[in-house]
Amino acid sequence: MSIDLKTIKHISRLSRISVDEKRAEKLADDLNSIFEFIEKLNELKTDDVKPLTSIAETTLKFRSDEIKSKNIREQIIKNSPEDNEDYFVVPKVIE
Amino acid sequence: MNKKNTEYLINRKDNQYEVVIGLEVHAQVLSESKLFSSSSTKFGAEPNTQVSLVDAAFPGMLPVINEFCIKQAIKTGIGLNAKINKRSVFDRKNYFYADLPQGYQISQFKDPIVGEGKVILDMPNGQKEVGIERLHLEQDAGKSIHDLDPQNTFVDLNRSGVALMEIVSKPDLRSPDEVNAYIKKLRSIMRYLGTCDGNMQEGSLRADVNVSVRPKGSKEFGTRCEIKNVNSIKFMQMAIEYEANRQVDLIEEGKTIDQETRLFDTKKNETRSMRSKEDAHDYRYFPDPDLLPLEVSEKFIEELKNDIPELPDDKKKRFIEEFKLSHYEANILVSDIDTAKFFEEVVAKMGKNKDIKLAVNWITGELFALLNSKGLEISQSPVSVKNFAILINLIKNGTISGKIAKTVFELMIDGDKDPQKIVEEKGLKQQSDPKALEALIDKIINDNREKAIEYKQGKEKLFGFFVGQAMKASGGKANPQLINEILKKKL
Amino acid sequence: MSEITKQSLTELVENIKNKKLSSTDVTQAFIQRSEKSSELNAYITDDFTSALDKAKKFDQNPNLDLKLPGIPMAVKDLFCTKNVKTTAGSKILNNFVPTYESTVTENIWNEGAILLGKLNCDEFAMGSSNETSHFGNVQNPIDKNLVPGGSSGGSASAVAGQLTPITIGTDTGGSIRQPASFTGIVGLKPTYGSCSRYGIVAFASSLDQAGPMAQNVKDCALLQEVISTYDLKDSTSINFKRNHYSKELTKNIKGKKIGIPKEYRVDGMPKEIEDLWQKGIQYAKDCGAETIDISLPHTSYALPTYYIVAPAEASSNLARYDGVKYGYRAKGENLIDMYEKTRSEGFGAEVQRRIMIGTYVLSSGYYDAYYLKAQKVRKLIKNDFDEAYKKVDAILTPSTPSSAFKIGEKTNDPVSMYLNDIFTVPVNLAGLPGISIPAGHDTKGYPLGLQIIGKAFDEQNILNIAFAMEEKINFKNKITDWWIK
Repeated sequence: MSIDLKTIKHISRLSRISVDEKRAEKLADDLNSIFEFIEKLNELKTDDVKPLTSIAETTLKFRSDEIKSKNIREQIIKNSPEDNEDYFVVPKVIE
Repeated sequence: MNKKNTEYLINRKDNQYEVVIGLEVHAQVLSESKLFSSSSTKFGAEPNTQVSLVDAAFPGMLPVINEFCIKQAIKTGIGLNAKINKRSVFDRKNYFYADLPQGYQISQFKDPIVGEGKVILDMPNGQKEVGIERLHLEQDAGKSIHDLDPQNTFVDLNRSGVALMEIVSKPDLRSPDEVNAYIKKLRSIMRYLGTCDGNMQEGSLRADVNVSVRPKGSKEFGTRCEIKNVNSIKFMQMAIEYEANRQVDLIEEGKTIDQETRLFDTKKNETRSMRSKEDAHDYRYFPDPDLLPLEVSEKFIEELKNDIPELPDDKKKRFIEEFKLSHYEANILVSDIDTAKFFEEVVAKMGKNKDIKLAVNWITGELFALLNSKGLEISQSPVSVKNFAILINLIKNGTISGKIAKTVFELMIDGDKDPQKIVEEKGLKQQSDPKALEALIDKIINDNREKAIEYKQGKEKLFGFFVGQAMKASGGKANPQLINEILKKKL
Repeated sequence: MSEITKQSLTELVENIKNKKLSSTDVTQAFIQRSEKSSELNAYITDDFTSALDKAKKFDQNPNLDLKLPGIPMAVKDLFCTKNVKTTAGSKILNNFVPTYESTVTENIWNEGAILLGKLNCDEFAMGSSNETSHFGNVQNPIDKNLVPGGSSGGSASAVAGQLTPITIGTDTGGSIRQPASFTGIVGLKPTYGSCSRYGIVAFASSLDQAGPMAQNVKDCALLQEVISTYDLKDSTSINFKRNHYSKELTKNIKGKKIGIPKEYRVDGMPKEIEDLWQKGIQYAKDCGAETIDISLPHTSYALPTYYIVAPAEASSNLARYDGVKYGYRAKGENLIDMYEKTRSEGFGAEVQRRIMIGTYVLSSGYYDAYYLKAQKVRKLIKNDFDEAYKKVDAILTPSTPSSAFKIGEKTNDPVSMYLNDIFTVPVNLAGLPGISIPAGHDTKGYPLGLQIIGKAFDEQNILNIAFAMEEKINFKNKITDWWIK
């Protein structure tokens, strides 16, 4: 298996990280060497193994339906790169 | 009725096409707080005032599930005659959007909380069963507002994290009318259960519509398109109509249909492609490691089952049997829980000597007309159950005539007045004293000697004239039945 | 009484309780030493002024019943601290000031501790040498230009260099134990579910655990006792009977069965590591324990499994850093352009690399081959331990396959960097507790550590074994204060 530049482009788009040509080549090299090492898992037959879904061997605990978080807009917006005190503001969405 | 005549088909030259529709309904769970956080779900608050640190995905914030939302989903599943899965798993659906703070939506992908079920639709040509594929719990996203600023998009996270039930139907629907009936039925069931308020204006109920077409008689499905986020039944029907015709045109022109997501433009009444293929989404689902598998016990489910109220189908059956209502009447009464509730309360209040048919006629007639004209829901009725029942009883026991009752009803509206009092105060009580009526009729016959003779000679139409005169003379208060009897005797 | 900063936590607590020292004395001493230690670059953010105020306030009305009465301490910059900048070692959070406190740090302040500042770490805890931090390398107090290990490199350096008496780190694949081993201190990674993850910047949710780092086992036990609480705000927090680890600590480990897994004898492992391990086995026996050869057959698959699971979770956990709600934002022509530039400029190379790996292994068509496969192998690895624990009470291994390396030595070869965690990663994958204790020096005089792995929730047992062995080992860290100005 080999990860080519097209794949790098695709996953960089999926992960919303822009990557220029030069970096893409380096990334392809890095990822190929990492995946070469990961491929070791193929030595194992795992058809009959149930995958682990959670390491904590208990079941999900529930919360009661109560409103505890009140209006903390100031706190929520305080760290934002851009806002107008009511809303978070982001550059226009282009579909 | 002949079933063939009601089939919804699209005709082109010699070809007939059948439309195949499946719905993904997003129903907001009725709960105080959100699915994984403790902020309020209330509609219409100031922007970003119902947002917790969890909802805005601050670093290190973790989801903790709301037990009530789980119960609501299971109850809905029971209402849809569906299999409840004792073990289900929350997955992350990964994508980037301004109103998706975590960069993923917590949803259920492989193992939903509710499996296969079904709902029954009452169509004019009989009942139709629609299969439910699954129901799962997921988080709602926030809201992006594009039209408040020319350069920027504004983001409000109040909805972010509100619990939704996504109810996926099988591709069993075949016409816009069936879609209408299906949505109304789902809405009805959920309102009975109290699991969703079904308010489409507030976005509590939205749907993605999957549409495909195929030549009539074909067993294979055509390529489907998904129309995203349509928020009214009317628009759903329009979108399906447009989309089905668009697909048929493509087939007729020998072109292929691309499987894609489309958007319904309500202004232009058309659907258009939403995303280019290059940007095709790859959601990279995987089990959310912040949450453990959701496990519910048999006991937990049983307790919820015991908590399920009578649902529309059972209620309808009972109304028909117990109150001897027609299918049509029963359908109207049960379709909305508040109507059914009003009706049953009226029946209870009417006491022993009750006229149920009369009550049904008055609910579906006068009351509905009143609510319609005022734009009110039955739960907001200006006439209370108690006074409504008294009014029906006044008609039934002959205190007032149906005609006078309409006048009384008009007077009751303002301030929910007691009809008994109105009748007394305005002296609207029906005259049922035979002696008084006889005297009244004697006078009328005397005053109209010639007409009485004509009647006796065979001009039977004149009977109505005498009834009218008698009613007029009594100010509309005479008991019409007695008038009839006395007139027959005297003439 | 010895110099304040040389005292262990236990000594400091005792001296404060006996009023031989005030919190102000202690806080002042650690601040002064920290200020002279800027060359270590252990701190990202200091909170010294506020710390002194808090110490003075404590001294005015000291509550001496607390477990950490007026004890100053710095913590890894992965814990969100209210009103104190929290960066996770990343540019993308370089201006982020939380309005909330992590449960683990809250627990510490509730027992009387005082925040000195936030310690350097690999960016989002992704690294084994602290070289991926946006805020620069951390020096190992052992020697100049030596990495302190990672990702809790700043934490290890600060404890070993005596800038803080104790600290807390986080461990996803070895991030507490490996730097503890590289700097000659003690580090405990608790059982998954022991310490709440609430308010800790997430790396890989199914592996992350906070844990104590200290100069000795007893201090470590005391700190673990404070930070481990059942937390309703973390759905993976587990409600089990938590011991009073420091009170119940005992050197009596007579008859304890300790497993020696043959698979940890890896190819190319330096002889000095093998020798250390043999010495460790002897120490354990000297303490009265019995050692038994065991097999953990899937050990060699742990690292490949980890490098699927951890990046997959990270790729999703780090999606929230998008320039919208907080943190760094790059200028963009539209939303997508803003996202792509923000994340490209805001994340460093290693973080980007791992996000890409994670995105790839979860992407359509590859999920089964990678992520699902890895979760299956993870099950096998866990089964190995379950099987072994039918025969033994704990497992003894080296902590790392080598001693600390030079800064820059492994930065260009990600796989060789990843191999650092070969002995620690299986423990995270199986959700078990593991402790690293200093056990000797290599030929260069650099510290080497031994790891004791326990059964789930059996922290007390491995602390006891470590406590007993610590006495026999009698390790002395060789700190020359070379960096002090």
